[in-house]
Amino acid sequence: MTGLGMPIARPVSPALVVGRRRIRVVAACFAIAFVSIAARLVDMTMQRPSEPRVAGGEPVPANAPDPRRADIVDRNGELLATNMRVPSIYADPAQIHDIDRAADELAAVLSGVAADELKRRLRAAKRFAWVKQESTAAEQAAVLRLGIPGVGFRSTEKRVYPRGRLAAHAVGFVDIDNQGLAGLEHAAQAVLVGGAPSGKAPLVTSLDLRVQQVVREELLRAHERFHTKGAVGIVLDRETGELLSLVSLPDFDPNQARRASADSRKNRATGQTYELGSVFKVLSTAMALDSGKVALRDGFDATEPLRIGRHVIRDDHAKKRTLSVPEIFMYSSNIGTAKMVFAAGGGEALRGFFERAGMLTKPVLELPELAKPQLPKRWVDITTATVAFGHGMAVTPLQFVDAVAALAGDGTRVPPTLLRRAPDEVPPRQRVIEARTAEDMRWLMWLTVEKGTGTQVRDTGYLVGGKTGTADKFNPNGRGYLRGAVIASFVAVFPLEAPRYVVLVMLDEPRGDAGSRGLRYGGWTAAPVVREIISRIGPVLGVPPSSALARAEFEDRLLTAQRGQPGRRKEAWVAAVVARD
Amino acid sequence: MIALPRTDRTLVGSWWWTVDRVLLASIAALLLVGTILVFAASPPVSERIYGDGTRFIVKHIVFLGPALTLLFGVSLLAPRGVLRLGVLMLGLFTLLLVLTLFLGLEVKGARRWLIVAGTQIQPSEFVKPALAVVAAYLLSRRDGLQGAPEAVALVGLVLFVVVQQPDLGMAAVIGFVAGLQLFVAGLAWPWLAGLAGLAALGAIQAYLVWPHFQQRVDAFLDPHSVGYQVEQALRAVTAGGMLGRGPGEGRTKFLLPDAHADFIFAATAEEFGVLACLLLLLLFAFVVLRGLWGVHRAADRFTQLAAVGLIGQIGIQAVINMAVNLNLVPTKGMTLPFVSYGGSSLLALAIAAGMLLALTRRNARLEIDR
Repeated sequence: MTGLGMPIARPVSPALVVGRRRIRVVAACFAIAFVSIAARLVDMTMQRPSEPRVAGGEPVPANAPDPRRADIVDRNGELLATNMRVPSIYADPAQIHDIDRAADELAAVLSGVAADELKRRLRAAKRFAWVKQESTAAEQAAVLRLGIPGVGFRSTEKRVYPRGRLAAHAVGFVDIDNQGLAGLEHAAQAVLVGGAPSGKAPLVTSLDLRVQQVVREELLRAHERFHTKGAVGIVLDRETGELLSLVSLPDFDPNQARRASADSRKNRATGQTYELGSVFKVLSTAMALDSGKVALRDGFDATEPLRIGRHVIRDDHAKKRTLSVPEIFMYSSNIGTAKMVFAAGGGEALRGFFERAGMLTKPVLELPELAKPQLPKRWVDITTATVAFGHGMAVTPLQFVDAVAALAGDGTRVPPTLLRRAPDEVPPRQRVIEARTAEDMRWLMWLTVEKGTGTQVRDTGYLVGGKTGTADKFNPNGRGYLRGAVIASFVAVFPLEAPRYVVLVMLDEPRGDAGSRGLRYGGWTAAPVVREIISRIGPVLGVPPSSALARAEFEDRLLTAQRGQPGRRKEAWVAAVVARD
Repeated sequence: MIALPRTDRTLVGSWWWTVDRVLLASIAALLLVGTILVFAASPPVSERIYGDGTRFIVKHIVFLGPALTLLFGVSLLAPRGVLRLGVLMLGLFTLLLVLTLFLGLEVKGARRWLIVAGTQIQPSEFVKPALAVVAAYLLSRRDGLQGAPEAVALVGLVLFVVVQQPDLGMAAVIGFVAGLQLFVAGLAWPWLAGLAGLAALGAIQAYLVWPHFQQRVDAFLDPHSVGYQVEQALRAVTAGGMLGRGPGEGRTKFLLPDAHADFIFAATAEEFGVLACLLLLLLFAFVVLRGLWGVHRAADRFTQLAAVGLIGQIGIQAVINMAVNLNLVPTKGMTLPFVSYGGSSLLALAIAAGMLLALTRRNARLEIDR
């Protein structure tokens, strides 16, 4: 090959020839490299044609159809829960040039967004991270002014509770994805999101915001004054079973439910059971009278403490004499009530009565927060005796109110509800006791308010019947009861001449102050709250003040009873208010 | 210019008839395309750095004049002139290169830049072509590979300084060019294998010593994360599709810190489409292969080796840059020759291209006195 036949005489060095050969190799290598790159280029466009070609390829998360939840309103159409379209701010971290700077700038204009936390989230996410969900138009404008690439907005539907804490436990709240988490929002989830997406009819509750407002206000005052651990206020329309008010304290703002403590989110009215104490005597007395084995005139010896096995049942301020049924009720005698129940059939009879009143099973209501009653395992004598005066059986305040509603009216009950019922929607009434017994019960409850432990509730302008309760609190951490810690309660029915509304106020561990004479008893702590509630909601509900005639009927019956008890001193009936129920 | 008669024996006349006009046209086309793309890709970066979107465009055009002048001027030289220029450049810029270690402007942890008379220059860019020419001379001075030790020693010295900066991209290109020249000079295959092993060792060493290098390799090997710039580049390429979003419509350039320089290829893909990128790729391939074809006819070893070195330098830079843009290799800061914005890079490449044109002229040969 060396120069043979080549036109140039100059000899070509062997090294130059080797070089030429190798240059061909180099050319081939470069050609392969270029072809690979070309292949890669084509491959990239062919394989990923689905990548969005708009707005910098921002990955828009699948925008699931945001189901518009129906509004929730009170019985008069006042808004309790509604929706607002608000911008939510998100970011594609991959598109943000300087995450630190972007996070600092965003945190500066967005309330409730911490720069450090945002940085961490933006770094952790690959292509999508929320910067702030449920922001405001003003904040959206501020973020737009920042002009940070990779930050975008989605219009989302935010659940708003215009009344805030007012009906927090009943209405409940939703999570960030608008799924009901508590209250009606959870229980009625399917109803709220079902049906046509627009023009949905609101969910009408049984609540009356005017009543709810009063109950919460008065309850909150007591809650703060007596430093209670919790408080419950319930107003039930016994005609229809509608709950006009359901308050549990402490409460929370459902607009910021995630920040609320678990304790404040707890619905004490329906989701917590309590040993309610002497208010239970309303039930045991009604049972005894309804059994036909005990009459109002009957007397029971309360001279000695009642011994059952190794247990001794005492009265706190024992009268040490024989007491009539009205006296037992008025003075809230434990011995007398227990003996009365035994006379009426004991444990079996009491259990059967509770069953009829719907107190042995979990309450039924349109709420997820419902607690099963805690019942005695066996209805032996000692258990029966204690349950008769409200210990050894724990129920939700709701269930108790439901039972009282039956006893204080005509002896029938309607399942309670949180949704408005038209008159024709009221389910058939179930009889719990005879109408005659219910009439006796009303008179006994009136007596308690007029002459007994409930005199704090006298001056409302209405004929009110009620019963006080002060229960020692069971020690959850050990055996026995906590000393000094009580559940103080008062249950009332008004107007007695045509009983319609049942009001319960329950205070968990009130600490007495000077105004209550240092006493924590239901008669001094819970009863005044009930008085305020009744005198304020009576006019709102359109209840006319009780007439003198109606009052006279109850007075007459008292006088008749007194006359029918010859030999008994008058003072027995008009005795000074007993300090302890 | 076509009017020049073949009999014209003036400097320019003989140049016109002997120079590889096709290669010249291709390089001119690359410069033109580069200018257009700097127009397209640089404003956001410029805006970000200077608050003025036109800064890079103006500078690029200002450099274009001197670059074209240098290209033309250098291509007029005979091979001996090229050698002299190479020696001169190597001496001057190696000195400056050493100075960068002490006086250099520190940018992102590396000292690569010197400020001379108010402008930043990157001496290593100029050292690159000069070294290729001088190494070629050292190799061709003796028969066979007898000149190799001297050439290797010289390259090793320059490499040492470059690594001190540190500028691994530059070192890789210089090493590749030297290896290419040794290969063409006829280095036996076992030696080549040894050289490749040495390069691999160097890479491993670099991986262990420099955290940023380690990070980039790790990012490349991790299938779930490619670095930020590469991710943006990939999105730009896919977002553009075959025909692109259209001139000025690109968005990635707002997010790519180096849209005007190292990632101009991706910015091109987004605005002008993959088709345009393929044409650009074709242009580079043409320049490299046409250049190699020219070198293939070289009459002496100096022109052969020097020209191969220069082509190799342009080719490898183009290949690495495009491969990085398409995430075929780990991120390595490297400009796309003639296309990317960059003063020093542009001028040095103009000189390199001028040398290449000079060396591929018909009848170009260097008589070496032994």
